[in-house]
Amino acid sequence: MNPSESNLSNGPAAAATLAAGIGCVAMGVFSTLSEVSQFVGRILNFYNPTGNLSGKTLVAIVIWLVSWALLKKRFADQEVNFAGILTLSLVLVGLGFLGTFPPFFDLLAD
Amino acid sequence: MWLSYREAITTFHGMGLGAIFLLVFTGTWVLLWGLRSGWVTTVGVEAHRKLLAFGAMLMAIVAWLTVIIGTYLPYTWYRAKPPAGADLTQYPRSFLLANPKLAFLHSFGMEWKEHVAWLAPILATAAAYLIWRYGGKLAENAKVRNAALILLTLSFVAAATAGLIGAFITKAAPLR
Repeated sequence: MNPSESNLSNGPAAAATLAAGIGCVAMGVFSTLSEVSQFVGRILNFYNPTGNLSGKTLVAIVIWLVSWALLKKRFADQEVNFAGILTLSLVLVGLGFLGTFPPFFDLLAD
Repeated sequence: MWLSYREAITTFHGMGLGAIFLLVFTGTWVLLWGLRSGWVTTVGVEAHRKLLAFGAMLMAIVAWLTVIIGTYLPYTWYRAKPPAGADLTQYPRSFLLANPKLAFLHSFGMEWKEHVAWLAPILATAAAYLIWRYGGKLAENAKVRNAALILLTLSFVAAATAGLIGAFITKAAPLR
């Protein structure tokens, strides 16, 4: 075991897990928004050859990384309710998958 | 038989990186599943820790490479707009949409693939961080170990969904 691993709280794990959920849901939200709103779709078109996929992915990645940094600072050296954080993260990941699913955003676009 | 530049890049994106991801996922998942204090010795935990950290990081790197290359090379060729009167077989998106029996491969298939694929590297990176940061402690900490297993599995589900759809699209409308 690494010396740095001893006395390691579950805070950093909770931060990384929850941030992954936030990143996934951000990807789902921007996928849906760009299909529902032409305005959002145009704004997210950072690079013409890929269309708004460039913007959706870049914004989702920035949200994921920023939330990870903030959560890591918030949970540092803390013992948190990991089961609760994991459950919340899985709900967010599930919503992320749903947001990328075409029948879902087509339903909202109609 | 020689591959064109586009065929080579697409093959590397889908089959080369995809195969590495699948192999590394399997090995990493099994190693992580077995990393339990009651199952392995202290020496075993140390050996597993190094292999796991390597496998998880490789998986995350491969996932990022796959989506970045896929989005900024094959996807741009796939969605290129054909000039008037062009041979649509050179323009997969337009070719699929022009054929009512194949249009779902774009409207459902590619629309899902291009988005869901990006969940894979986010989830794989989170799993790799847990494995790297907690290392041998995962043998005792079942909650964090299970979280890493779940993140790895979800990453695989996202990548496999995108990969399977990609195979169907490439079969119907290959990039040349």
